[in-house]
Amino acid sequence: MSAPKNKYLLFLGCAIPYRVSAYEISARKVLAKLGVELVEMPEFNCCGLPLDPVSHETMLILAARNLAMAEQTGLNIITLCPGCAGTLKKVNKILKADKALKEQINGHLKESGLEFKGTITTKHLLQVLKEDVGIDNIKKSVVKPLTMLKVAEHNGCHILRPREYIGFDDPEDPQTLKALIEATGATCLDYMDETECCGAPSVGVSDKVALQLARDKLSHVKQVDAQALITICPFCHIMYDTNELRIEKMFNEVYGIPVLHYPQLLGLAMGMCPEELAFSELRVNASKILKLVNEGAK
Amino acid sequence: MAEPTTAPRDQMKEPVKSSEINPKFKYELLKEHGSEKILKCFQCGTCTSDCPVARYSDTYRPRTLIHMATLGLKDRVLKSETLWLCAACFTCTDRCPQGVEVASVIRVLRNLAVEEGCVPQVFKDQMTSVLESGYAYKIPDLRIKKRETTGLPPLPKGNAESVKKSLRGVKFLKHVEAKGETKP
Repeated sequence: MSAPKNKYLLFLGCAIPYRVSAYEISARKVLAKLGVELVEMPEFNCCGLPLDPVSHETMLILAARNLAMAEQTGLNIITLCPGCAGTLKKVNKILKADKALKEQINGHLKESGLEFKGTITTKHLLQVLKEDVGIDNIKKSVVKPLTMLKVAEHNGCHILRPREYIGFDDPEDPQTLKALIEATGATCLDYMDETECCGAPSVGVSDKVALQLARDKLSHVKQVDAQALITICPFCHIMYDTNELRIEKMFNEVYGIPVLHYPQLLGLAMGMCPEELAFSELRVNASKILKLVNEGAK
Repeated sequence: MAEPTTAPRDQMKEPVKSSEINPKFKYELLKEHGSEKILKCFQCGTCTSDCPVARYSDTYRPRTLIHMATLGLKDRVLKSETLWLCAACFTCTDRCPQGVEVASVIRVLRNLAVEEGCVPQVFKDQMTSVLESGYAYKIPDLRIKKRETTGLPPLPKGNAESVKKSLRGVKFLKHVEAKGETKP
């Protein structure tokens, strides 16, 4: 079955409407400009990932419900959250390969009038930008190259691992986000432990461990003098942006590193203004890099 | 749930009594989705040495947990608070030279711990939210209203009634109805 490459069903997930709307706002703007049409899901529920630790069965049912609802539209899914993308990809693969399990899960869905068939695919924003839009087309969309910026990237875990289920970039040395950043004209710096976890899943179980992981990342990014950190995951963004001040206080250190959602960076390069891209929603003030961008454009 | 201080580690260091060994536990694990390959573990320690959480936790050691599980120390493993520290980054899974899917083994152990009544509060809250709204977090009305002013389309419905129907019969539900945190 071949669904169009420029039309996707948007699976928003819970974290983004809960507290990371700048990511959604900027992603919608950028995708529209690149000619990717987003169709709204009439209904969805939690992808299931947060409940996998306590009940694998719950995770499978929740993910299968979403896939079954999406299948009815005949469109493939795009997500902005790597956790949602990873879960929907993984469950799609598991249920397609295990007939007995598929029947068991479909037994749960039956009462809601749903059935998982396994007819669609899921891609994260990053994968759509790379595979369907193409790096060359992204370069062509740039009207204001960000050559004045030196930034660092943070992929996060679930866009890369486990390799068996995600497998679209190299988890040990990922290149996609770097290439997408460089397409805007900005320099993407290498730094220590780039593929390390942000710590978000440990929040609530041990905030101390979680914030120490985020602190590691911020200090490694600071060591290479990156002017901003670029993320593609709502949870990673919460760890570095929302929690940056908390981490600074906890460890008596100062980072002052603005954390941008990738579509915010791309949007600037496409000539959009910071207001349009919801820069005001960022907790860590990004005015320093916006000033550089403005000066550079003059 | 706070980061465990010394007790769990001491407990892990305590001499093993043959009476606390459940020799069949590893065979139970072989039947669970995710831990089918646990017996391939040869205790090399790649998982622990590459684990970002182990770097900052005094107690969380995936290699040790797998060792204890295969030895049959079922109660100690399932009641251990450190089991809940895994961040599910899947680094161990990707790097395990034996293909053990370490993170999935940890997930299976957690699922089994839940059946023994050990559930950190954060997961109960999320399940409650899923049952009440369809979403893992209760999205405030203000946020939903704000979508309009920022030009975002309305939030798709989370159909709680339909979600509840689909989750009927799921074992985890009984832990959500029970109030308060169940401590190991």
